[in-house]
Amino acid sequence: MHTMATPPPFEHFYVEHRDIVLGFLRRRLGAQAAEDAFQETFLRALRAYDRLQHGDHLRAWVLTIAARLVIDSGRRARPVAHELPELPVEDGRPAYAEIEHLADRLPPTERAAVVLRYAYDLAYDDIALALDSTPEAARQAASSGVRRLRAGRIHDRLT
Amino acid sequence: MTVSPDLDRRFREAAAAEHLLDLGFDVVESPIGPLLVAATERGVARIYFDADPELHLERLARAYGPRVLRSPVLVDAARRQLDEYFAGSRSSFELDIDLRDAAPFAKQVLGELSRVPYGQTTTYGTLAAKVGAPRAARAVGTVMNRNPIPIVLPCHRVVGSNGSLTGYAGGLDVKERLLRLEGALL
Repeated sequence: MHTMATPPPFEHFYVEHRDIVLGFLRRRLGAQAAEDAFQETFLRALRAYDRLQHGDHLRAWVLTIAARLVIDSGRRARPVAHELPELPVEDGRPAYAEIEHLADRLPPTERAAVVLRYAYDLAYDDIALALDSTPEAARQAASSGVRRLRAGRIHDRLT
Repeated sequence: MTVSPDLDRRFREAAAAEHLLDLGFDVVESPIGPLLVAATERGVARIYFDADPELHLERLARAYGPRVLRSPVLVDAARRQLDEYFAGSRSSFELDIDLRDAAPFAKQVLGELSRVPYGQTTTYGTLAAKVGAPRAARAVGTVMNRNPIPIVLPCHRVVGSNGSLTGYAGGLDVKERLLRLEGALL
């Protein structure tokens, strides 16, 4: 069941997610850079926190902020190698630009999986962490989200 | 992966330094037991005798906004002055206070209360008369009972007209102890 509760006091949100966020950042950036990114992640979360409409999917939300920072720091270091995949790639993944405007229509879990996978390039292990599920379930959520988007797009074209 | 105390402290300091908090809180140790002190950038907002944050955070977030974080920095001034008060070296608090959610009558009564000097007592009736409502002793009692910032706003100095201690949110033994500390009781 989904609850549309208001966001918890920031202290609860922070204590619940700080270890997960630091772990994610260390895997992506190494111990030293992870500390700076950790602080910036939660400062960004704090800046946006009073505008959150509800307290659902906070883990995916904060990992999305962290992933965004990882991408930005990669851009600064290596401007080309870490660009977002804007073109369709060989393994059949959709380019994110192709699906971004449609993702809002997906059920929350599929939407989070699709965005984390294709907008932020997270591995399924990390998406599983974000969604509090397993890597396999995360993979399924992302792929069924993409299927739904493709079906929706075809449907849009037909109508 | 555990966040080190140092990294945790740096984040909490940065959050306060960037003025991102609706409210900061911390536990302040005292001779009458741990106190939970909460403050906004405007000033001290709450002191609780039940120091467990879990009892209060949800309510504080509803009253002041969701960006509530443990923040030693925001309560530093209060902590220092409370330490001095309990050590007997401070007889009046010089702290800004934030009573934004108090009703007008309560604000008026608490303002008058803050002028009751260290080491002296007054009565509910006297306080009621001072705010121009001499028959409102009982309403004044209710305001004392719900005083959001005890000790700093000295409701322990308000006693019954017969000199009895009547009541106190922190317990009558605490009220007696504070009055003894101030030399108001022998």
